[in-house]
Amino acid sequence: MARALTEKSAELYAEGKIGGFLHLYIGEEAIAVGSCKALGDDDHLLTAYRDHGWAIARGLDAGAVMAELLGKATGVSGGKGGSMHLASAERNYWGGHAIVGGHLPLATGVGLAVRYEEKPDAVLCVLGEGTTNIGYFHESMNLAAIWKLPVVFLVENNQYGMGTEVGRASALTNIYEKGCAYGIENRQYNGQDVIETYEVMSEALAYARQEGPVLLEAITYRYVGHSMGDPERYRTKAEIELWRERDPLCRVEDKMTGEGAATFDEFTRLQQEVAAEVDAITKFAEESPEPEDAALWEHIYVNPIGER
Amino acid sequence: MARLSVREAISAALREEMYRDERVFIMGEEIGKWGGTYAVTRGFLDEFGEKRVRDTPIAEGVIVGAGVGAAIAGLRPVAELMTINFAFLALDQIVNHAAKLHYMFNGNIRVPMVIRTVGGGGRQLGATHSQTPDVVFAHFPGLKVVAPGTPADAKGLLKSAIRDDDPVFFIEHATLYQVKGEVPDDEDYLVPIGVSDVKREGQDVTIVSYSKMLQVSLEAADKLAGEGISAEIVDLRTLRPLDVKPIIESVKKTNRLVVVEEGWRSFGIGAEVSSRVTELAFDYLDAPVRRVAQAEVPLPYNRRLEQMALPQADDIIAAVKDVMYLR
Ligand SMILES: Cc1ncc(C[n+]2csc(CCOP(=O)(O)OP(=O)(O)O)c2C)c(N)n1
Repeated sequence: MARALTEKSAELYAEGKIGGFLHLYIGEEAIAVGSCKALGDDDHLLTAYRDHGWAIARGLDAGAVMAELLGKATGVSGGKGGSMHLASAERNYWGGHAIVGGHLPLATGVGLAVRYEEKPDAVLCVLGEGTTNIGYFHESMNLAAIWKLPVVFLVENNQYGMGTEVGRASALTNIYEKGCAYGIENRQYNGQDVIETYEVMSEALAYARQEGPVLLEAITYRYVGHSMGDPERYRTKAEIELWRERDPLCRVEDKMTGEGAATFDEFTRLQQEVAAEVDAITKFAEESPEPEDAALWEHIYVNPIGER
Repeated sequence: MARLSVREAISAALREEMYRDERVFIMGEEIGKWGGTYAVTRGFLDEFGEKRVRDTPIAEGVIVGAGVGAAIAGLRPVAELMTINFAFLALDQIVNHAAKLHYMFNGNIRVPMVIRTVGGGGRQLGATHSQTPDVVFAHFPGLKVVAPGTPADAKGLLKSAIRDDDPVFFIEHATLYQVKGEVPDDEDYLVPIGVSDVKREGQDVTIVSYSKMLQVSLEAADKLAGEGISAEIVDLRTLRPLDVKPIIESVKKTNRLVVVEEGWRSFGIGAEVSSRVTELAFDYLDAPVRRVAQAEVPLPYNRRLEQMALPQADDIIAAVKDVMYLR
């Protein structure tokens, strides 16, 4: 579903129906799907702007996600957030955030609230490997460690921050090792494998609830540009092809059919169902109304004070 | 009523709100064991314990950011930035996060937090530690910006800020902590955010000011009274949302306006206020509006030079005489 919706959104972007920036998640889906399966309903989630897959995996209504991409009133953020700012208070998904690293302190604070209220929940904070070089990463890891906050920081290492490959931006290329600097539990794993993701995440969340923060590094790859319109001068076609062979969707299909847990027919049927659903949500989103003019002035404050 | 200093008034507000609501907690650099660099939170650690009085590392971004996160998740944090000069390290959290999330997520997320900080010059701390950049923060819709100039307002506004469901940037002044005044004891004594206040009535000229410059303006008004000039003083108290009504009413009566701010003149409070008055009461003005502000230099360490650069009562008196054509 995450992939089908994302591929459709690329089409809609090309048609000019989606504006602004659009960051596709194609190739990385196993991480969101496996992780969200491990998250409990009361756990918390914060991500960066590459958030469509996460929103779907966290159970946000796909129609409302698509409507947000189209800037419609029925969107998850009423059309005022856009592709990079999906969220749902009901699902404890505290946003897609577009300032690189800006959500790391927020996740730390949500973890603080969980501990403060002595709740058993955990917080999952998702970031790119490029984000581990920003000051916020250090500030947040350090604070989470000294206060033993229940936060799992999950780095999706898709090898590039825009056009800069890991080694050109980070002194340590094994990103998970950065956890050592803060005495934080850390681990690297194969982010193309949805089952491995689920297992690693379940373990990390359990540790976070009991003990404190964890730094995970999921090795992955994005097949398409950083965002729509990326000329991709920084990598070769051969490299992309290599990663496509490790596709997370094919991987799970091969595994399940190999083990006899599912048949190819079942997968084909599933794909057809998803395609039909994407058609339906696209229709819903396209037919949804624009936000009213009055929405421009709504929600600046909870308690607005009229200027006199 | 009790006679309290601004420091005691702010302390009392924090303490009362922490007793009233379990979700209120404070965090920042040196607020616990040290007792706060301006001694506002002295004794709090013993009184409330480590859970609610949280010493943080020197990491302004995550101090504000963790406050935003905790607020999103239902707490009511009061995050302290040791001085407003260090708020620049947290500007992204203040501007791009605290001020934006409620709107951007269409009301689905709330950020009920207070950022307490201290600004102002006059203590020979040199250019990086003496700024009054209040207008920077007042620029952004989504944030409320409050800067009290009396003990009673300090207490009532801080209590309102903590109870408010929006992020409030609360600016104290480093040289006002000792100023004393009458403060109501009532635990529900609240001063509304977004309401300017006439602090002194007068007929001849309107002086608009706030925070430390309110005190300097009151001093100037006393001297002017000795010369037979009656000045009305409007205290802004809140910079965003700006309440211009009392200013307009006053100008309609006095027909003359002086705006006094401690920060720099360019793109400042005076520019904003005089432009609003021009839009709303142009026909009532009998003289061009005058602005009194800090000399446009990074504030120097040398005491004499520093005082030269900061607005003084005499500068206000001169400006008043200018708008009254008495010079
Ligand atoms: C503070 C800030 N600086 C720069 C940018 C522009 N920018 C957006 S995404 C990005 C790359 C981030 O790379 P990474 O963390 O690896 O995440 P990825 O996009 O690969 O998922 C940059 C530089 C930004 N949004 N915010």
